[in-house]
Amino acid sequence: MRSFTYERARTPADAAAAALRNPDTKFIAGGTNLLDLMKLEIETPAHLIDVNGLALDKIEPTSEGGLRIGALVRNTDLAADSRVRRDYGVLSRALLAGASGQLRNKATTAGNLLQRTRCPYFYDTNQPCNKRRPGSGCAAIGGFSRQHAVLGASEACIATHPSDMAVGMRALDATVETVRPDGATRTIPIAEFYRLPGDTPHIETTLQPGELITAVTLPKPVGGRQVYRKVRDRASYAFALVSVAAIVQRDGTGRVALGGVAHKPWRVEAAEAAMPRGAKAVAAQLLADAKPTRENTFKLSLAERTLGAVLTEAKG
Amino acid sequence: MQGPSDFDLSRRKLLLGTAASVAFGAAPPVANAQTPVAPAQAAPQAVPMSKVSFNVNGRPREVTLDTRTTLLDALREHLHLTGSKKGCDHGQCGACTVISGGRRINSCLTLAVMHEGDEIRTIEGLGTPENLHPMQAAFVKHDGYQCGYCTPGQICSAVAVLDEIKAGIPSHVSADLNAPAQLTNAELRERMSGNICRCGAYSNIAEAISEVAGRPA
Repeated sequence: MRSFTYERARTPADAAAAALRNPDTKFIAGGTNLLDLMKLEIETPAHLIDVNGLALDKIEPTSEGGLRIGALVRNTDLAADSRVRRDYGVLSRALLAGASGQLRNKATTAGNLLQRTRCPYFYDTNQPCNKRRPGSGCAAIGGFSRQHAVLGASEACIATHPSDMAVGMRALDATVETVRPDGATRTIPIAEFYRLPGDTPHIETTLQPGELITAVTLPKPVGGRQVYRKVRDRASYAFALVSVAAIVQRDGTGRVALGGVAHKPWRVEAAEAAMPRGAKAVAAQLLADAKPTRENTFKLSLAERTLGAVLTEAKG
Repeated sequence: MQGPSDFDLSRRKLLLGTAASVAFGAAPPVANAQTPVAPAQAAPQAVPMSKVSFNVNGRPREVTLDTRTTLLDALREHLHLTGSKKGCDHGQCGACTVISGGRRINSCLTLAVMHEGDEIRTIEGLGTPENLHPMQAAFVKHDGYQCGYCTPGQICSAVAVLDEIKAGIPSHVSADLNAPAQLTNAELRERMSGNICRCGAYSNIAEAISEVAGRPA
C-alpha cells in the first residue's frame, strides 16, 4: 500500500471542498472495497478523508412518504430496518444477498453504490485494463469472460457492476443526494447515476470531482411482491452471475432490474409493459441489445429463466 | 560452541521466516507497470503517522502508527495480540474477525486510525485457557477445527452471529423478512459464510454454535 495522509472530515461540505483541493484524495467510509484495492495498489490515493464522523447514519421518513437513507448507514442496518423490510423488501433482500456478515457491518450505503468491479483483469495489475489504466487495453475481451457483461459493454471494457444493493435501488427508483465542493447540493436519479463504459470506463458515475454522496432517498412505497433472486457459483458470499430484482403487482404489472450483466444495474422501462405476458416477453426486450462473448452467452438464458422463476414466486 | 537454545525457534518465528522466504521467492523480478521503481538515491520520505486511542479487551490502548496500518496489524504487530489471524488480508476468509462496537468486522479491511475511541474485542478478550468463553468450550467439545488457524475468527464471528439473531437481523435464507430469525442450521451456515475453514470443519462448527445457541444442530 502506498503511504497517505489522513484527516477526519467535520462537515460534508468541508469534506467535498477538501477533496477538490487535492485531486489525489479519496473519501473513506467502511473502507472494505477501497482498502482492498489500496493493498493491491489499484487505488493509490495520497490523502484519505475519513467521512465516518459526518453523522450521515440515520434513516428518516421524507415528506413525500419515502425514506431518506444517510450515506453512512451500514448495509446490515439498512437491510434490518423494519420500514425497509416491510415496504422495500427487494432492497433488504438485495443487501442480504451480498458480501458477508462482517462486510455488511462495515460497508455503507454510499460506499456500496461506489464499489468497483470485480473483473479479474481489473484486479491483476500485470494485465492491461482501461478502467485501471486508461488507454492500456482490455484483457477481458478475448480473455476469460464468463463473469463479464452481456449488455451495454464497449470495445474498451466489458466489466460488470458488482453491487446487489444498487440493483434493488434501481428497481425502487432511488435518488442519490450529494454535496459539491462549493457547498451546493443536488439530487441524481439512480437511472442517471451510473455510466456505461464507452471509451472512458474509468469514469463510472456522473459524480463530479470532490462531490460527496450524503444520502439515498427512496420514493413512497409502491407495494407489490418484491423479490431479489441472485444466481452465483456458490450458495453464499459470491458475486452474481445474474441477479433479478422485481416488484410485481397483483395484476402482473411491475418493474424489473438485472444485476451481473452490465456496467450498471440494467433496467429497460419499456420492457416492463410485457410483464403480464411473462418472462420470455420481458426478456426479449430487456436483453434485446445483448452482445455476449462465447463464454457468457449462458447469461442470456440464465437471466430469462431466473426472471421466470421470480415472476412465478411473486405470483405465489 | 552454540547451545541448543540458539536453535530454539518459536513456531511463530519459524512461520514468519517461511512466509517471508516464500513471498520473496514469488515476487516478480521487475516492478509492474503500475509501480514506478523508486530512484536508488531518493531521500527517505517521512511516512505519515497518526495517533489513535481505543479500548482493546477492556484495556485502554494508545498507539502511534503509520496511517496505512490496518486494525489487524495494529493488534498483532503493535499490541502483540496474535490471536486474530491474517489469512487472506483481503476480507475474503474471515480469519481476522474481531468485534468492534459489538459488531463483527474484518480487521484486515479497516484502518486502525479509523477506530478512535472504539471498543474492540478479540479472541483474547472472550475467554482464557482457564476460563473459556462458552463458544470456545463448545468448539473444543465439538472439534470445531482441525489446524486451528481460522478458529479465533470463527469464534468471534459465531459469538456475534448469535447477538445478530437476538437483535432480529434477518439473513439471505430467512424465509420471512418480517418474522423473528430462526436458529436453524441453514441460518447459521449462511451467517457464517464469511469465515472460511480450509480444513472443512463446518459441520462441527455449526454443531458448536448450535449448542451455545441452545438447540441441537
